[in-house]
Amino acid sequence: MMPTAIEFFKLLPKTNCKDCGQPTCLAFAMLLANQKAKMDDCPHVSRESKDAMESTTAPPVRTVAVGNVNMGGETVLHRHERRFINPTAYAVTISDRCDIPERIDAVKKLSFERVGTVFDVDMVSVRCDSGDAGVFIKAVNAVMGSWDRPFILECGAGILKEVIKEAAHRRPLLYCAVHENAGEMIAIAKDNSCPLVLRDTDMERLADLAAAAAAAGVNDIVLDTGSANLKECIERHTVVRRSAIRKRFKQFGYPLMNRVGSGEYAVAMAVMSTMKYGSLVIFDDLKNYEALPLFTLRQNIYTDPQVPIQVKQGLYPIGEPDGHSPIFFTTNFSLTYFTVRADIEKSKIPVWLQIVDTEGLSVLTAYSAGKFSAEHVAESLNASGVLTRSDGIVVIPGLVARMSAKLHELLGRDVIIGTTESRDIPKFLRELK
Amino acid sequence: MKIPETDEKYQGKINETDLGRGYVAGGADGMPFLSSENTGKRRVMIAGEVVDDLSDYPELAAAMFDGRQRDPVEWARMWMSLGMDMICLRLKGTDPDKGKRTPKEAADLVKNVIDAVPLPVIVFGCGTPDTDREVMREISAAVKDTRLILAKADEDDYKTISSAAIAGGHNVIAFSNLDVNLAKQMNIILTDFGVDRNNVLMDPLMAPLGMGLDYSYSVNERIRLAALSGDKMLQIPMICDATGAWDVGDAVSDDDGLGSAVSRVTWWETITAMAAMTSGADIIIMRGPAAADMVLGYAEELRCG
Ligand code: SF4
Repeated sequence: MMPTAIEFFKLLPKTNCKDCGQPTCLAFAMLLANQKAKMDDCPHVSRESKDAMESTTAPPVRTVAVGNVNMGGETVLHRHERRFINPTAYAVTISDRCDIPERIDAVKKLSFERVGTVFDVDMVSVRCDSGDAGVFIKAVNAVMGSWDRPFILECGAGILKEVIKEAAHRRPLLYCAVHENAGEMIAIAKDNSCPLVLRDTDMERLADLAAAAAAAGVNDIVLDTGSANLKECIERHTVVRRSAIRKRFKQFGYPLMNRVGSGEYAVAMAVMSTMKYGSLVIFDDLKNYEALPLFTLRQNIYTDPQVPIQVKQGLYPIGEPDGHSPIFFTTNFSLTYFTVRADIEKSKIPVWLQIVDTEGLSVLTAYSAGKFSAEHVAESLNASGVLTRSDGIVVIPGLVARMSAKLHELLGRDVIIGTTESRDIPKFLRELK
Repeated sequence: MKIPETDEKYQGKINETDLGRGYVAGGADGMPFLSSENTGKRRVMIAGEVVDDLSDYPELAAAMFDGRQRDPVEWARMWMSLGMDMICLRLKGTDPDKGKRTPKEAADLVKNVIDAVPLPVIVFGCGTPDTDREVMREISAAVKDTRLILAKADEDDYKTISSAAIAGGHNVIAFSNLDVNLAKQMNIILTDFGVDRNNVLMDPLMAPLGMGLDYSYSVNERIRLAALSGDKMLQIPMICDATGAWDVGDAVSDDDGLGSAVSRVTWWETITAMAAMTSGADIIIMRGPAAADMVLGYAEELRCG
């Protein structure tokens, strides 16, 4: 949050010396509050004032970039206050013992499209299971050759020292510094400008680690609370994030992550982490039937709560509609779209579904706002070409039955008033036949 | 180094609602699962769904019950043996279009379920208002000494069900559609009508994963935060229905690229339920036995105290 002019004023020397070009310190403070000047423009401001200013103006949670993946940067505790900014990243593990090209292929296959958004794995974590620096270096090179996204290096400090020379140019995330090896790991992160994970199950010791890293000049930090179960995950993540946002506790002002295994419990952990402040989850492995629901959860949690998600205007065939299939239309508010779509699918009768751009408003709201008029509907039906692909009847959502005469006139074909409730569509379709 | 104290001290506490048969819901005085601020030690409760007519029931789900789904009483027993806390009985068969079950027969079925399992029972009608009114009246008159949870009262239609609940000493579910103010409004309407606040549960509509879960998650959170901050009319235990997950195309579609539909829908419902309980739900209605079992396990692990 930006401080007020008075808060800035308190930190200035109050000598009105005019060296900043302003007549008074207060005038300068007002420029600062409006972000029209920088603290440095006053040559007399003290070191303490600068530090105090930095800690109040710095975002409560640092944004840490690993390649093109941003983590953290959050400013609120609940998503209704303001949109959560940087979605949880999911990584899967590549052991240096496995067949690397085969494994990378499998990881790349974990990719889905859902409502126009492509979901796939954000990172891989190359893990040293062999205990052999030579084997690990080979594996890391093989991964770098076929994976252009960000990655994580998971190994002890000794081996990391050897492999980092080959990999530092890609700025991998280093996993991880613990109490025992903190000095070495922090030095490697510092020397190679790589982001670093700090891990401790004790929250006070985790804060100590963060302080040590920051003192050494390593600021791109990710925190791993070592949570072994759902309860630890929600409790520790809440403590960390509340400390950062409510108490401005610098040592916890970093993104959070979880290292999980694979299978049912790992997915449950990822679900909790995604809802509760996790920026990264590293899996041993992830199955396609686990990935799609998890990615969908992330999409839901990181949606802007102010702007409803919208689907693209266009024609959506459901089943395999033909030249006589009925034509439905509705708004592009995603909840409306999904509901109508699901209910049409339930009937098992093929239908052409036209989505009309209503700026994400639902049927009634859009209609009263004039964004779902007969003219607008006719226009989109014409534009999509559905009228030439089917001579079927046009079904008007029951809530906007009032547009039927007008739409009939504009389209010059039969229209019928459909159901008010989406859930009655299957029955309606069966009777239409 | 010392870390900050971050526990919240809230003014409010969620009402402890007697569900009958020795079960109580609610009592939280902090946000979900945070033991250091929430002294409500009750676990989130899971209700297993039973329907009396399978014509609209997904085959994928039916297959998981191995025939027992054809007899609502057997089905309820199975839920109990799986460790569930409640039964959610949907009387779909009272729908005049399906035309099989009269209100009297529906009441008999409710009695049979009560006799078979000693758990609290939530009773839904078929969704046709005229029929539901008759069915609820009949059930309330027939079941006197066991407290039921009658579902559901909404803004347009609450009088009959509320009267039935008052007359029979039952609880009633106040339904609202994804809106904090409407949720509060419904609780006010019911108490103004004469329903005791101790007999109300609220259902703010749990939109499933991928179909509006984000709205529900935030509405639930806002309801719970407002309740804890002292808004009496929101200090009502929250019930969320996760079975909507079975209506999501991506959850149940046959698509090899997406992996097994059975596993996918199980996760779909489980995640919907996890989001519900993390945002404030006290009771969750579940359809799939595998999902219900997972959610029950997680709820047990997450309970405070
Ligand atoms: S230079 Fe600094 S001390 Fe001088 S008037 Fe400007 S703000 Fe005040």
